[in-house]
Amino acid sequence: MKNRRRLRLTLARKHALWGYIFTAPFTIGFILFFLAPMVQSIEFAFHKLTITPAGFQLENVGWENFRYALQVDADFLQVFTETIIGVLVDIPAVIIFSFFAASILNQRFRGRALARVIFFMPLILTAEIIFNLEAQDIFHHMRAYVPGAVGAFSGSQALVSFLYQIRIPLGLIDYIILAVSQIPEIINASAIPILVFLAGLQSIPSSLYECAKIEGATGWESFWKITFPLISPLFLTNIVYIIVDSFTTPSNQLTDLIYNTAWLRNMFGASVAMTWLYFAAIGLIIIVIFAVLARRVVYMEE
Amino acid sequence: MGIKTRANALDQVRYKHKFRTSSFWVSTAWSLIRGVLVAGICFIIVYPVLIKISSSLMTEEDLFDLTVRWIPKRFSMKTMLGNYADIYREIDYLHAFANSAALALTVAVLQAASCTLVGYGLARFKFLANNLLFALVIFTLLVPPQMVTIPLFLNFRFFDLFGLLKQPLNLIGTFWPFVLTSMTGMGLKNGLFIYIMRQFFKGMPKSLEEAALVDGAGHLRTFFAIMLPGAKVSLLIVFLFSFVWQYNDMFLTQMYMQQSSVLLPFRLESLTLIFDNLDYSDEYISIILNTGMVMFITPILIMYAFLQRYFIESVERTGIVG
Repeated sequence: MKNRRRLRLTLARKHALWGYIFTAPFTIGFILFFLAPMVQSIEFAFHKLTITPAGFQLENVGWENFRYALQVDADFLQVFTETIIGVLVDIPAVIIFSFFAASILNQRFRGRALARVIFFMPLILTAEIIFNLEAQDIFHHMRAYVPGAVGAFSGSQALVSFLYQIRIPLGLIDYIILAVSQIPEIINASAIPILVFLAGLQSIPSSLYECAKIEGATGWESFWKITFPLISPLFLTNIVYIIVDSFTTPSNQLTDLIYNTAWLRNMFGASVAMTWLYFAAIGLIIIVIFAVLARRVVYMEE
Repeated sequence: MGIKTRANALDQVRYKHKFRTSSFWVSTAWSLIRGVLVAGICFIIVYPVLIKISSSLMTEEDLFDLTVRWIPKRFSMKTMLGNYADIYREIDYLHAFANSAALALTVAVLQAASCTLVGYGLARFKFLANNLLFALVIFTLLVPPQMVTIPLFLNFRFFDLFGLLKQPLNLIGTFWPFVLTSMTGMGLKNGLFIYIMRQFFKGMPKSLEEAALVDGAGHLRTFFAIMLPGAKVSLLIVFLFSFVWQYNDMFLTQMYMQQSSVLLPFRLESLTLIFDNLDYSDEYISIILNTGMVMFITPILIMYAFLQRYFIESVERTGIVG
């Protein structure tokens, strides 16, 4: 009896040991290339950093870097608010569009395979260099905007006055106009969210739908009673992804500003302070979203 | 014969009936709307690529000519390929592309390897820190990468192997920062890869592994002989993402490779400097820029064309989301 127990214990320990071995790369990486730099970046935020040929020197300046970011730097506050608002605008638009697109791509129709290939193309086409070269090309605006459809739609007074006439709240009108003018950006940002939703839709067992059909549910009902609840955890996944993705999109001006503050103006401390403000705002957004949505999300029992 | 005519008559009734039901009209209308929507969205995605290809084949006069929208009027082999040849020569395209591809390949292989190992460890082993580690994986995703890059840059600029080397090495301008961070799952968006692999391994049947373990295979052998072959498709997704994102990346590369512009995106960025003098018109520079963009995306488009089959298939089969 005693013997057996000891054996079982060592087996569990052995098992746990293998767990640590398999995850060791991450553990090492996290400590050396994430935790340590993160702690250092807190330190840098309160210091003036000068790089010398032999190393770097720190000079304590207290809250000066934060004060610089918020009060002295001419661009920071504006770019910061714009970027944060941009993320907030993107979230609902990308979520709605990608959910819609995934539902379409999940249906059977001719040319579906090709449509899928094209819908995921923005994944490989979103490169900073493309963005930069387009910005340098003075004929880009003349040629590259989709004629008619998007261009006319976004600038169209007709749409705006129509929205005013049907008495939608002003804030919503602004949002719609902003979202419509960004249709190409939204489509481009949607590739991975579509992928996630599509995989989620595929994983819903078809027996549920058959069952509902036999019970006499309409397509509309089974969408809201089956598809929507079972997909709901993926809304959180996708919101997180959209936020994470916004850190590295080429059009993010705040990351450009942070980079330039450090490497063009050599104000490393201020740059790190700006990043901390950015992170604080993003963290706040994520906490609020989770607080609001987490309880409404349905998890299927296994 | 009687049976056949009866069947035909029945078919005709059904055929007539078909047009009367509302569900037929609803579904036809929906497939029409769907067709228009899908085509429209595809158009918005493909349009910028097409316009670049079309611009890259033009001459200055074509771009200036308002009657030319897609197909260049002054069409000859020389003008068509001339723009490509100009760039190929000026920026040493082949060399720059080889550098970029080599870096992306190294990074993709290392990241796929490390993220698979970590994902498997998190999915299949019960140990005290498991949940904590997974939370940390998600946390690394949520922190803007800008947060750690300045300290990391300094670490790599004065690399002393964490206090072990007396004389610090300068790793900036080499592949080493990428190798080290990729090996340890700390590259760009690696948390996402770990998450994908973890979800995939969680969805795999446990019985397979147990059978292998009972038959006397160790954990390593079980992993390499049983689990890894089954994870091929997820592995491919991670590899593809990692490769493409590294190939496209300018954020980490401009940080870690600062002085040397050996990579393709930086060479392309200098195009305006190379062609920026009075000999060249704005139109020509625009054409050159478009040609450059086509030359940048063509290799990954080709890669995507070959891999898309597995990629789309994997969406159907694997649980990216679990």
